[in-house]
Amino acid sequence: MKKFLALFLALVMTLALVACGGNNAAPAETAPAETPAAQSGDSAAAETPAAPEASKLKVGVVLVGDENEGYTFAHIDGIRKAAAAVGLADSDIVWFYNIPESEECYDKCIECVEQGCTLVITNSYGHQSYCQQAADENPEVQFIAMTGDTAMKSGLANFHNAFNMTFESRYVSGIVAGMKLKEMMDAGLVTDPHIGYVGAFPYAEVVSGYTGFFLGIKSIVPEAHMDVQYTNSWFNIQDEGKAAEALMALGCCIIGQHADSTGAPKAVQTAKDNGQAVYSVGYNIDMLAAAPTAALTSSTNDWSVFYTETFQTLLDGGTLPTDWAKGYEAGAVGITPLGPEVAEGTAEAVKVAEDAIKAGTLHVFDTKTFTVGGAEVTSALTFDSDGDWTNDTNEGIVDGYYHESEYISAPSFSLRIDGITELN
Amino acid sequence: MAKAAHTTREPVILMSKRGELLPPWKSWGIRVIGFLLSLVVSGIVIMMVSGLNPAAVFATMLDGAVGTTKRSWVTVRDAMTLLCIAVGLAPAFKMRFWNIGAEGQILVGAIASAACMIYLKNLPTLLLIPVMICASLIAGGIWGFFPGLFKARWNTNETLFTLMMNYIAIQLTSFFVALWENPFGSNSVGVINSQNKQGWLPNLLQEGYNKDFGWNVIIVLTVTLIMYLYMNHSKHGYEISVIGDSENTARYAGIRVNRAYVRTIVFSGAICGLAGFVAVSGASHTISTSTAGGRGFTAIIVAWLAQFNSVVMIVFSFLLVFLQKGAQAIASTYNLSQEVSEMITGIILFFLLGSEFFVNYTVHFRGKKVAK
Repeated sequence: MKKFLALFLALVMTLALVACGGNNAAPAETAPAETPAAQSGDSAAAETPAAPEASKLKVGVVLVGDENEGYTFAHIDGIRKAAAAVGLADSDIVWFYNIPESEECYDKCIECVEQGCTLVITNSYGHQSYCQQAADENPEVQFIAMTGDTAMKSGLANFHNAFNMTFESRYVSGIVAGMKLKEMMDAGLVTDPHIGYVGAFPYAEVVSGYTGFFLGIKSIVPEAHMDVQYTNSWFNIQDEGKAAEALMALGCCIIGQHADSTGAPKAVQTAKDNGQAVYSVGYNIDMLAAAPTAALTSSTNDWSVFYTETFQTLLDGGTLPTDWAKGYEAGAVGITPLGPEVAEGTAEAVKVAEDAIKAGTLHVFDTKTFTVGGAEVTSALTFDSDGDWTNDTNEGIVDGYYHESEYISAPSFSLRIDGITELN
Repeated sequence: MAKAAHTTREPVILMSKRGELLPPWKSWGIRVIGFLLSLVVSGIVIMMVSGLNPAAVFATMLDGAVGTTKRSWVTVRDAMTLLCIAVGLAPAFKMRFWNIGAEGQILVGAIASAACMIYLKNLPTLLLIPVMICASLIAGGIWGFFPGLFKARWNTNETLFTLMMNYIAIQLTSFFVALWENPFGSNSVGVINSQNKQGWLPNLLQEGYNKDFGWNVIIVLTVTLIMYLYMNHSKHGYEISVIGDSENTARYAGIRVNRAYVRTIVFSGAICGLAGFVAVSGASHTISTSTAGGRGFTAIIVAWLAQFNSVVMIVFSFLLVFLQKGAQAIASTYNLSQEVSEMITGIILFFLLGSEFFVNYTVHFRGKKVAK
């Protein structure tokens, strides 16, 4: 063994020496070293003449996942589209992938600043406190914690939150699910309108989403009821698959999700192939590849709407809003193409709902459509960061509906309404 | 004939352990050559897999680790944490007590520090920081005490014992993360005391926080110096090296081996616990199961490379952190996956560890006279 090791080492060293000889010519053709100065020089040179002011915007992006994860992919896609729309060069964007929700996020935010970024974006909720700390220490740089909720209270002028009004598209995807549910009940395939939902974490973002989804279903099948199973992770293929299986075992015939993998749709497709009457409603991405016949649709975000607006604002020298939230009206949310087995008339029902939401005549959290503890709700906390049961912002329910995402961008609807059971 | 051939047959390559230690300039020369060769080989690998100019890639590495004041401080900060762990491991390893449990000792030290930050935030900083230091030392010491006691009493296998203590510490950390999570339901503690910075190590050279990490340097270098003196100029240190060479000799010489085991591993665990304090109070200001982040294992490499000499460990912990930061810079600058940068780190480590072989062994080729 020792002999082998010696032989191997000797071989490696010999090879290295040989390679060293061949490598002598290399420094002659060496490009200038990549220093920050050289980088900014490069980017200035790469600027198109049409947008000379673009050099004053350099974007750092700190992402919780990479292209293989639907939620992060949607952000990458949105940023790329926005960059193309405002004429931002590739060299003006610094990417950090797979950054956990830990101090590493802070380090990466600081690294973005070190690389000369004037705007730093983090895309996960758990990144927020690290992003805020970096914002606190670098007042000359703009920071956006996507999906976050502390910007308003932070008192920092350079720290922002943003989120799409995803509950709107969840409501619409609920209509697709409701139509299918009704069809199955009419055909006698299903007697109990039992819905399952694979949720990530038990906080407002998820609660708001599944309530929107459920209310969409209820608008078609009023007697529907739903169970929610949490996975305590944003992305875990196995756990999401298992949660879906557990829900189907309870008799759920439609599985919605607020988790980022294809685990649940795949599990539903397998069950469907085994003869069970079950369907899946996904999130972020079209699930038809993962579940060709079981997928009905997915609610999605088009983040390019937000990113384009943000980049353009900064290029024009404007200031960013502390909270940004837009939905159907701005084209920031939507649903993916309908699957092959959706009920007849689904497309028309979707159109009606979308138009009503855009026109402002349909409010997802209309207090007439749900009850809590058997009673209609007249008052609700919008956002209560310190847990003292008083609103940080305004009263949530005005004019007969809950004003989701209007005061702060992050979803804040966290009432547990009748008809929904959290299993864990 | 056949017999004659057999007796005169020489191996192609003959290795033998060096009779006497090499003079320092020679052994360090070998290490430097190993390091330079590793750069050449990784340069070739970079060219082959990415088509990038190796010189530019190395420049990026340098820039990523020490390119700006802030980056240099971050490199210093991480090197100091790693150094603290390695220094903590040194006495245990020198004694041939395989303490694989640094991860766990760091985590319990970190838990103790974070607990002080959360529950004792009304104490004045001048009092709070020493309390945190003591708490983390005690916590780490306790985590080392049990494997030490079991080894001394029942001769249990310390490798497995300390390793399993890691898993307990990780679960304990998960529990406290769930207990302290902020905001509720996020499964993360977030930045602790971000408003008033209670329990944060302040800057040494200027006002504020997170601009320099001078206190980390002072704390860790003090520990390093103490450890150097302890190992080289104290009776305990001498006992440790005797036990490390031969337990029976130590016993024959009248050293109370069991007592030395427990004492040393408690000391070792306490320093690793202190590293948890440095990581929480001096760097991350939060706690998660990734607070130790594998550094308890990386530090073993540092300790071995430095031959358990705490002063030499300074060099190696800087080198390892430098490599890590440089590799990350390569990955982000050239949009390569993190694996490519880990390959480079791997190649360099391979050569560094390989050069230890040439420090300890000589190699003779057939046909050359073996010099006497």
